[in-house]
Amino acid sequence: MTKTDAHYKAPEVAGYADVAPEEKLALFEQVKADIRFGDYLYGCYECGICVGACPSAKFYDFSPRRIAQAVARQDVDLVYQQIQEDIWECSQCFSCLRCPRGNNPGGLVTIMREVAVRNGLASAKKALVGYSRIIYKIMSTGTQVSPDMLQRDAFLDWGPETADVPDHLDLWRRALPAETMHTTTSGWSVADRTLVELYYIWLQTGALDMIAEVDSGLHSILQELMEERLEEEGIEL
Amino acid sequence: MTIPVDALWGDKAAGAPVVDRRSLADPRAELLALEAQGELIVQRIDREAVSVRTKYGREKRIQKAHLWHHKSCGQCGHIPGYSTAIFWVMRKLGYDYHDPADQTSCTAWNYYASATSNPAAQAAVAVRNFAAAYESGYFPLIHCGTSYGHYKEVREELIHHPELRAQVRDIMAGLGKPLVLPEEIVHYSEWLHALRDEIAAKRVRDTSGIVATVHPACHYHKIVEGDAIYDPDIYGGQRTAVVTGLAQALGVEVRDYSTWFDCCGFGFRHILVQRDFTRSFATLRKIEVMKEEAAPDVVLTHDTGCVTTLDKSQFAAKAHQRNVGLAVLSDAQFAALAMGAHPYRVCQLHWHSADYRPLLEKMGIDWQQAWAEFQSDLRRLESGEKRYLDWDDVDG
Repeated sequence: MTKTDAHYKAPEVAGYADVAPEEKLALFEQVKADIRFGDYLYGCYECGICVGACPSAKFYDFSPRRIAQAVARQDVDLVYQQIQEDIWECSQCFSCLRCPRGNNPGGLVTIMREVAVRNGLASAKKALVGYSRIIYKIMSTGTQVSPDMLQRDAFLDWGPETADVPDHLDLWRRALPAETMHTTTSGWSVADRTLVELYYIWLQTGALDMIAEVDSGLHSILQELMEERLEEEGIEL
Repeated sequence: MTIPVDALWGDKAAGAPVVDRRSLADPRAELLALEAQGELIVQRIDREAVSVRTKYGREKRIQKAHLWHHKSCGQCGHIPGYSTAIFWVMRKLGYDYHDPADQTSCTAWNYYASATSNPAAQAAVAVRNFAAAYESGYFPLIHCGTSYGHYKEVREELIHHPELRAQVRDIMAGLGKPLVLPEEIVHYSEWLHALRDEIAAKRVRDTSGIVATVHPACHYHKIVEGDAIYDPDIYGGQRTAVVTGLAQALGVEVRDYSTWFDCCGFGFRHILVQRDFTRSFATLRKIEVMKEEAAPDVVLTHDTGCVTTLDKSQFAAKAHQRNVGLAVLSDAQFAALAMGAHPYRVCQLHWHSADYRPLLEKMGIDWQQAWAEFQSDLRRLESGEKRYLDWDDVDG
């Protein structure tokens, strides 16, 4: 076996045999091209400290060590498999930063997730099912969660106390002593100009474009909202 | 699939160095060096400050007053007594602050959950908020542990990646704002820790019989970990000193438990769309272990997701006869209660799910009377006597 034709797995067990090698390699190159990649991966002692600290490893077939090792070995097949199957199990707690080698497996997962979203991969679409409302909230209101999201049917498992919130929402919010917090549809009162500045950032950095790959309908709604507001403010992109 | 090892071997052949780019350096010194080169502006601490030590031994200064409150969307939205308790403690200590509307979320909860953003957007959001603080003249104080951790990540990225600095500088220029970062990135729990003796001096309720367990928030002490506060007098300097230091200053007995390093189970996306994991982890790895090993009256923690997860996850576990049923409060809420804050008008405990009433009773608080007082407040609002309650009302 030479260095140019080696396989880490037999082709029949590597998975996703129907995906062209060039496509897998292109995604891997995107992971490596991220500016943070060099800060997140230095090698692997195979000590397993990251696995021992990882909450997701206790509940899922997930291993931060496998992530770091697959990327370090440039095992393009396995990295592709992880992008499609593993990365959304990560809790993003960054307990794996205990790594004595200085790796950041959670950070590698962040990069891999971004690549999955940017390329509209099936894993990203599946992971974000049910998540559209939250993306809409954060991108349009500037706050991720709002009091009116505490709906009875959405949080049955949080008990009857949470179910009390929607019944008294307006009154309880008006009883808060901080004047920025009387809102119900956003976490606090965000100034109109501040929102416009946020829209400018989403549009200028390509963050909004990423949404198009996973939810084109949501993307259209947000794009129209943002471009209209920027035009009203006379801000050019 | 061919293994693309040529690139690796090419690096080796070229003698490319492997550099550990974790920053063990002083980020403050790095920022000031960049400022001297005209790369950015550093907002200075310009009021009285308390010096503390970080994990890596650096002196970190915590400004006491004139602070710009970078609020948390999860706190303000779902556990608002967390935010109001921070404000209330600051008011009681007599320190001025600014609660801005010119502030967005850090957007990091969404980023860690969905990855529907990128480094430039995340850095620009952070710098836009820092620029708003800079323009106001108040120094930023970060309420959310995730915002705090993420902003420290952003600071590292901006320090080490000139191309990112250039991109963010251009975006800020489009908004008419400078690329500005504060001299220190400070979490509110660090402020409470730095001022714990002043807080303890204002204690009016007996907390000496209270037993607590502390859950240190992952995004406080694991992300850019060298910059978190440690103290040799607390856990021998082997864990972060915040929260525990405050609780001990208030006379609380803090007991240990074996899964202290574990996360709470929040998971960012899991708490919203995959809560089976969150509920299981929070109760099996945290609440039950705390109860079995430490038998506390309360869990004290210092981040949005941790309070939410540990508090809200217990109801479903109770249905399965698990050993749960433990009050969960932020350090700010507990400090406020110790200083005499109203449990509903200030700490807003009616937004919590786990039963906090036994804790209040142990602190000598008549929660039934307090609830009646709050109901009276609500009737004033319903009658139209007032549109909103304000700080004078909650101290009445």
